[in-house]
Amino acid sequence: MISGTSVSLVECAKTFPDGTRALSPLSFEIEDGETVVFLGPSGCGKTTTLRIIAGLESPDPGGRVLFDGEDVTQVPIELRNVGMVFQSYALFPNMNVEQNVAYGLKVRKLPGAESARRVREMLEMMDIVALKDREIDQLSGGQRQRVALARAIAVRPRVLLLDEPLTALDALLRERLRVDIDALLRRLGITAIYVTHDQAEAMALGDRIVVMSHGDVAQVGTPRQIYFQPSNRFVADFIGTMNRVRGFVSNGVVRTDAGTIPWNGQGEEEVEVLFRPENLTITEPERGHLTGVVETAFFLGDRTRVIVRGAGDTVLVVETSDRHEFREGEKVGLIVGPDMLTFPDGEAP
Amino acid sequence: MARSRYFAYQLAFTLLVCAFLIVPVCMSVMAGFTNNFFKGITSGFTLRWVFEVWDLYADTIFLSMGIALACLACTIVLGVPAAYVLAKRPGRITRMIEEFLVLPLAVPGLAIALALIISYGQIRGFRLSWTFILVGHVLYTLPFMIRAVLAVLSSTDFRTLEESAASLGATFWQRFFQIVVPNCRSGILAGSLMVVTLSIGEFNLTWMLHTPLTKTLPVGLADSYASMRLEIGSAYTFVFLVMLIPLLMALQIWGQPRAPRKAVAEDDAGVVAARRRESGSQAAR
Repeated sequence: MISGTSVSLVECAKTFPDGTRALSPLSFEIEDGETVVFLGPSGCGKTTTLRIIAGLESPDPGGRVLFDGEDVTQVPIELRNVGMVFQSYALFPNMNVEQNVAYGLKVRKLPGAESARRVREMLEMMDIVALKDREIDQLSGGQRQRVALARAIAVRPRVLLLDEPLTALDALLRERLRVDIDALLRRLGITAIYVTHDQAEAMALGDRIVVMSHGDVAQVGTPRQIYFQPSNRFVADFIGTMNRVRGFVSNGVVRTDAGTIPWNGQGEEEVEVLFRPENLTITEPERGHLTGVVETAFFLGDRTRVIVRGAGDTVLVVETSDRHEFREGEKVGLIVGPDMLTFPDGEAP
Repeated sequence: MARSRYFAYQLAFTLLVCAFLIVPVCMSVMAGFTNNFFKGITSGFTLRWVFEVWDLYADTIFLSMGIALACLACTIVLGVPAAYVLAKRPGRITRMIEEFLVLPLAVPGLAIALALIISYGQIRGFRLSWTFILVGHVLYTLPFMIRAVLAVLSSTDFRTLEESAASLGATFWQRFFQIVVPNCRSGILAGSLMVVTLSIGEFNLTWMLHTPLTKTLPVGLADSYASMRLEIGSAYTFVFLVMLIPLLMALQIWGQPRAPRKAVAEDDAGVVAARRRESGSQAAR
C-alpha cells in the first residue's frame, strides 16, 4: 500500500554543543520495506540516530542522510515526509481522536472527502473506529498509541520512525500491541525504523537488529545471528541471559572451578566460556560437566529457572522444563550443550 | 462536647475577623445609598449619588475598561510568545530575561512611573494620551501573563507535541497557532483574568501617569474622596466593586492554570493582594 523508501546514513556522527559525542560516524543502509530495530541501553545513541533520520537533529558536518538515494540532510522534518511515533504518544490534547488522525492531512490541505475517507481507513486499520469522538484524556495508553500510529501512517510517510513506542505500556498491552505493530508493518510494506531497549521487542519485530553501545554499532544482524552468534561480549550480555565461566583450555577440555567442559579446539589459553540458560541440562551430580548447588529456583509454569552456585563465585542460570521440584542446597550436575561460545580471556568487551 | 465548644470559639473568631473586614465595605456602600451619611440611614435611601457618579465619572469607567482591554491585547501578543521562547530555550540567558521581565513587580509603581515620565514625558502627544498609561499597565501586568502561560507550558511536554506536528508536515507557524497556543489556553485565560483585574484596579502607576483628561476609575475614586461629598465617593466605590467582583469570581473559578505548578498561581495571587493593600492605603491617604 505504501511503497517503501530506502534509507542510507553516510558517516553520520553527532557531537552535542557541550562536546559529548552521542554518535560515532555511522554508515548504514536500510532497504525499502525493511524493519530495522536499533537496540541498546539508554545513552547508546539509538534515539539520536532516529532523530537524525527524522530530521529533528542534523548530523555533524560531513554526515549525510539519503532517502532513495536523494540527499535529504538539509530537508527540515516537516518536508521529509516521515511518520513518527513517540514513547509519550505526543497526541494533541486540544483535538479529539479523529482530529488527531486528520491533522497531517489538514496540514497538507487534502480535500475534505479524501481526508475523511483516509481517516476512516486508518481508524479501521488500527481498530479504533469506536473511539473517534473521544478526547485524548479519555483513552488508555494502548489506545493512545494506536491513535498515534494511525496519525503517523495517515500521511503515507516514506519512512515510519518509532521511538520506544511500547515502553510506557504495561506488559500485557505491550505484547498485544507488539503483535499488531508487527502485522501492520508487514501489511504496509513500509520502511520502519524502531528504537527500543527491550531485546524481546527487537527480536520479535526486526528484520535486522542494530545493537548499539556508547555511540557505536556493536553488531548488525538478523535476530538469530544476534542471539546465536554475538560477535562480542557486549552483545552476548545484552541480548538474553548469558552464563559466563572462566577456564583454561588444554587437551580438548576447558577446566573451570566448577568442572571440565569438553572443547573441540586446539591450543592452551585462558578463555571465558559463554552459554545460554537453555544450553544447560540438569542431571545427577556425577554425570554433569559442571557441578553446583541449587541456590534458588523460580517456577515459571512452562519451565523452571534454577540458579546454581558452583565452585568459587560462579553463578549459573539454568532453564529447564523438568518437572522436578528443585530445593535449595540440592546438589546438581550440569551438561553444557555444544552451542557454547568462547572468547579469549581479557578481550575487551 | 469539648470539641464542639472549641469549634464554636473558632467559628466565632472567624466571623469576627470577617466582620471586621467586611463592615467597612458595607458601611461605605451604604453611605453611597443614604441621603445624608452624617444623619445615617434615618435620612432615607436614594440612588441619587450613583447617578451623580455616572454623570461625573462615566468617562473614567470607560477609560479604565478600554485600557484594561488594550492592556490585555498587548500582554497576550507580547506575553504568549515570550513565555514560549522562555520555555523552549531554558538556560542562563533566558533566566536572566525572565528576571528582568518580573522586575516591575519588585520596583514600586511610583518609580516605574517616574522613569517613564523622565524618559518619554517630553513627547507631548504621547504624554497626554491614554496610551501613556497603557504602557505603564503593560509593563506591570506582563509578568503575570508570562508566568501563567509559562506554568502551563512547563507542565506539558509541548516540545514533543511540536516535534510530532512537524513530522506530520506542520510549519513553525502552524505548530505555534494550532498546537502550542491552543494547549496553553488555560494559562492564557488565567493570565487574562489577572491582567484585566490588575489593570482596572491599578492606582500607583496611573496616579503618576494620568492627566486631568485621562483619569481612570481608581484615580477618579481618589479624586472624588478628596474633593466631593463622602456619599459620592462611596457610591463610586460601589460602582468599582460591581465591576471588580465578577472578575475576581471568574479568577477564582478559572484562574488556576490547571497544573502541578499550582504554587505559582498562589504566589501570584499573594502579590496581587499585596499590591491591592498598598494601593488601598495610598488611596486612603
